[in-house]
Amino acid sequence: MNIIVCIKQVPDTAEIRINPETNTLMREGVPSIINPFDLHALEAGIKIKEQLGGKVLVLTMGPPQAETALREAISIGADEAVLLSDRAFAGSDTWATSYILAQAVRKLGADIIFCGKQAIDGDTAQVGPETAEFLGIPHISYVIKIEEIKDNYIRVQRLMDEGYDIVESGLPVLLTVVKELNQPRMPSLKGKMAAKKAEIKKMGQAEIEADENNIGLKGSPTQVKNIFAPQVKTERKMLAGAPEEQVDALIAELRGIKCL
Amino acid sequence: MDYFLTEEQQMIRDLAKEIADEKVMPVRAELDEKEEFPWDIMKTLAQSDFMGIYIPEEYGGMGKGGFEFSLAVEELSRACLGVSTSYAANALGTYPILLYGSEAQKKKYLPEIASGQRLVAFGLTEANAGSDAAGVQTTAKLEGNEYVLNGTKQWITNGGEAEIYTIIAMTDKNKGARGASAFIVEKGTPGFTFGKKENKLGIRASSTRELVFENCRIPKENLISKEGMGFIVAMKTLDKSRTGVGAQGVGVAQGAFDAAANYARERHQFGQPVISFQAVQHMLADMATQIEAARALVYSVAKYVDSGMKDVSKESAMAKLFATDVAMKVTIDAVQVMGGAGYMREYPVEKMMRDAKILQIYEGTNQIQRNVIGQALIKETARKKD
Repeated sequence: MNIIVCIKQVPDTAEIRINPETNTLMREGVPSIINPFDLHALEAGIKIKEQLGGKVLVLTMGPPQAETALREAISIGADEAVLLSDRAFAGSDTWATSYILAQAVRKLGADIIFCGKQAIDGDTAQVGPETAEFLGIPHISYVIKIEEIKDNYIRVQRLMDEGYDIVESGLPVLLTVVKELNQPRMPSLKGKMAAKKAEIKKMGQAEIEADENNIGLKGSPTQVKNIFAPQVKTERKMLAGAPEEQVDALIAELRGIKCL
Repeated sequence: MDYFLTEEQQMIRDLAKEIADEKVMPVRAELDEKEEFPWDIMKTLAQSDFMGIYIPEEYGGMGKGGFEFSLAVEELSRACLGVSTSYAANALGTYPILLYGSEAQKKKYLPEIASGQRLVAFGLTEANAGSDAAGVQTTAKLEGNEYVLNGTKQWITNGGEAEIYTIIAMTDKNKGARGASAFIVEKGTPGFTFGKKENKLGIRASSTRELVFENCRIPKENLISKEGMGFIVAMKTLDKSRTGVGAQGVGVAQGAFDAAANYARERHQFGQPVISFQAVQHMLADMATQIEAARALVYSVAKYVDSGMKDVSKESAMAKLFATDVAMKVTIDAVQVMGGAGYMREYPVEKMMRDAKILQIYEGTNQIQRNVIGQALIKETARKKD
């Protein structure tokens, strides 16, 4: 079983402080960690490898320093690591990022691709499903339990607002996972030693044969104008009188603020 | 203080610290309260390769020494002595095989010990034997191709939970200590059962039980070394393991000191943090100094033992004696520094104080350690006169 786990290096939000004057994140000196959801994706991949054999490859797109996250993944149990790093990738939104990941997966080959349900910095939960769309393969998001997996077949539980769905799929398939799926293991000493020596394969635009119009700022339909915490304005007005009067007053109010 | 650890040694210490902080600290109070064996933590330690640190690579271990093992023990002990006792007792049970086992025994048992698939326990102590190792009354009688074991071992750490037991039993009662032999007995062997589980003052997460042998038949090839070697196997095993107990002392003392120093900074009396009072500072200063002295001794002795020196009884006894006496004193003082809070179960130091007491008792009481040191001094002085 060829398993690819997509991970993202994110700032450790537990350590983040906000600049009180500008209301922006102070990223200086904030340690980077593997996105916590991705650790559950990695655990899922390692468990399947232990059960059925094969190898686990961790894949990330990011700046050269994202190599640290890949080495950490190897210390936990991944066999190989690929870093997608290229100046041309800079500024990619979720659409372009998914395209890049999909191009890489095409080159590397996989039976199952695992992603965390979302990254704790962007919180979009888009990259996993979008990558599957680019690959033209099925995806199952919010996986809470893997019930069965064998050659060309997988059955999982997908977390819903109330209860769960049971979803079957053929392979290859992309799964995004939630924290309840498993308990990620700690690194091992042998893993740490392997991580120190491991060769991290690097791939850029040329290696994954990415169309320059689909990547980076140029390939990103999302334009971020401004990031701010929305101010919540609350006003309250009590309407009095007989029910008919209250209804009239309410309609007048709603018309006044152009809701009707 | 910086002990100039190698990169690998730092890696071992840091990962042990991570496991201690993330997996042990959050559950230690509950494990203590419920007297529950820490299986989850043992499995984490196994998965992270900690069970085979001191086992050669050819048998699936990390091929490191007692020093690296001590670093791991110290970090775990900082969080919970009950957990570190379960972990360290595994090594105690393994040393007889590692030091004196045949190639076949090593090949059979060490890989599954190194991977943590099976836990190990060491069985020496009995109702009338312990400090007096020659008082062992459990017998092993050769009948054809099997030894038949009869007797009861008591206060055996990891008893019931472990699957492999290294047992000292008498093959010839007339020869005293020279009539003792060491054996490997596997859980599940007919005639081998477990007696009562002890209810203890401290290290309550660890399991302490009786082992009962009633006409328990084991294959002849489970004899470790030769008949009559049991006493030597036991003594050399304890020589190896004592620095680990010393490391437990350093760890628990450090844990207690950290808690006390933190609390002294936060607790205010007379309008200032209590750490600003010299009476408190002097206590903390003594505690920190004693811990550092104990650590320096334990590290030096662990390296000395690893260097392959033949006779390390005196030095390993010194490391165990000093570091565990420090652990008792520092944990008591940590409770004192914290006052009322120190006495409460809500804070970790009362448990550390209860836990620390065992270190002065097990693997040879500290009185026995002084005997060992005294005996060695007599020999040394006699040699100097020649």
